[in-house]
Amino acid sequence: MEFGPHLILAMLEGLVQASVLTLTALGLSLVFGVMRVVNVAHGEFFMLGAVFAYAITDWLTGSAAVGFLAALIIAPLLVAALAVVCDRMILRRLDYDPERTIVATIGILYVLQQVTLMTYGPDAHPVTPPFNQRLAIPWFEFTDTGLEFYFPWGLSTTSYKLFVIAAACVAGLGIWILMARSKLGLILRATQLDRETAQAFGIPVERVYAFVFGLGAAIAALGAVLVVPIQQAHYLMGGDPLLLSFIVVIIGGLGSLRGTVVAAILIGMSNGVISVFFTPTLAKILATLLVAFVLVYRPAGLFGTKVA
Amino acid sequence: MSRELSLHLSLITLLFALHFILPEYHHGNLARVMVLAVYAMAYNVMFGYTGLLSLGHAMFFCAGMYGMGLSMRLYEISAGPASVIGLGVSAVFALLIGLLALRTIGVGFMIVTLMFSQAIFLTILYFNPITRGDEGFVIPQAARQIADIDLSDSGNRYFAALILFSICLLAVLKLVRAPTGRVLIAIRENEERAKMLGYDIWAHKLGAVVMSGTMAGAAGAAYGLLFGTVGASFAEVPFSILPLLYVLLGGPGTVIGPFVGTLFMFYLRDLSSALTDAHMLVAGVVLILLTLYARRGIMGLIREKWLKWLP
Repeated sequence: MEFGPHLILAMLEGLVQASVLTLTALGLSLVFGVMRVVNVAHGEFFMLGAVFAYAITDWLTGSAAVGFLAALIIAPLLVAALAVVCDRMILRRLDYDPERTIVATIGILYVLQQVTLMTYGPDAHPVTPPFNQRLAIPWFEFTDTGLEFYFPWGLSTTSYKLFVIAAACVAGLGIWILMARSKLGLILRATQLDRETAQAFGIPVERVYAFVFGLGAAIAALGAVLVVPIQQAHYLMGGDPLLLSFIVVIIGGLGSLRGTVVAAILIGMSNGVISVFFTPTLAKILATLLVAFVLVYRPAGLFGTKVA
Repeated sequence: MSRELSLHLSLITLLFALHFILPEYHHGNLARVMVLAVYAMAYNVMFGYTGLLSLGHAMFFCAGMYGMGLSMRLYEISAGPASVIGLGVSAVFALLIGLLALRTIGVGFMIVTLMFSQAIFLTILYFNPITRGDEGFVIPQAARQIADIDLSDSGNRYFAALILFSICLLAVLKLVRAPTGRVLIAIRENEERAKMLGYDIWAHKLGAVVMSGTMAGAAGAAYGLLFGTVGASFAEVPFSILPLLYVLLGGPGTVIGPFVGTLFMFYLRDLSSALTDAHMLVAGVVLILLTLYARRGIMGLIREKWLKWLP
């Protein structure tokens, strides 16, 4: 394949990665923004979303589409419920102290991961996509006879991958509407701005915190359900999304949702493109170093305005 | 002799005596615990005394381990000079990381150290032909000798670990009783006030990072030399979390705590392995319980209840 079609393919793969990453990072960013909690267990909520999706589709064997739809609704709810339990039982008792919550969420990370290992097992399991037509992508070239269209061999995507991108857009839009246009969003933003004043105005801050922690986990789980037909469900799959979400949230500016979306698309795309042309390890090294230096020299992130 | 010094010297004497008493299995375990305790003590200098929570200490451990291991593997340098190289590499590396990471505070510092450590881990994987990546490489038994003493022999290994452990234990004890150590504690308790009193916060923090990094490097080099393996698993995130766990369990800000924490955690893991293969489960549960119910750890509780003078 020539360079042009190859690049298109890389960008499409990058876009799929970017959409899932946007959702995962939005969850992390939301939790950090409102609660000032760095949730190290975020990747495990992602992983649980995928594992629950496998369990649900495995149980509803009738039709792939029905099973997937059920997973899309039930898995995020289950993960959210689990996250709320974690918040109530652990984080609230630590009074959301930044350092102690980090240590506690590290603990939660290992408990969730290892319990999954003990129950679900060490093997990766696939989930059948609800639909999966292969779509060839046209490419054009200037020849002696003028502009010529053709379908290069290997240049294709699947309808499911396009669906992932669309679904992530819809979910992202939904989160934006929730935050910017609804009464609930107003309450969340008020809590984010000033916890004490919000409480003085009668906002039940503790319930808001539990809700946000659940919502953040549910968004990550949703991203995982979307990606699990492309990538198999495995108990260690939470590591990469966690690392990438960290990178995205920091580069986008801690707590800034708009910055998070921009950075997720940037990082997801460049990660996809670099991975096709170079090795994924090199892409990850560059991304982690980038994030370290951004934090060192621009602690507010590239797009953020507030100092965290 | 002060009671602080006698307490720590008696621990060293006890460990020396255990060499002659312990059955082989526990004898080998204890050698490993002592090396890991050096790693935990290094962590304690930064976290327990200076209040700097690093999530990437594995990079310092690996700087020492790979500094030693690679100079032996690639340049066929003998074990003694190679260990010195390992120490030097980790000291320079810690200085570099300190200069960069200390520009951030709090949560930023944790994430920067995590990211640098992750970058080191990925770099080790990337240079697979040299480092052998995940698989790692073995340091041949014939090369594991310093001054004609075979360090792969279990008795010699125990004493080498004990010597390193004793040096580090007494060094930390001396540090925290010296004025410099008091300044570190002042920074942990109230950085602004320490600054107002005229102490150079930056220099003290940097000193703590370099000391901690070098000591972690020493633990890494010793681990590679005594147990003969060098591998990328020592650079992974869980290996950065372990010293945090050891220190939190044993008691942050106590000289003896890291050893106590390492010993407890090592045997807890050993016992739990009979029940389950998921060995990090225990680590997770202990981390959560410690943050919820016992922030001061074992020695911290003992200090609070009985031994107010414990350093």
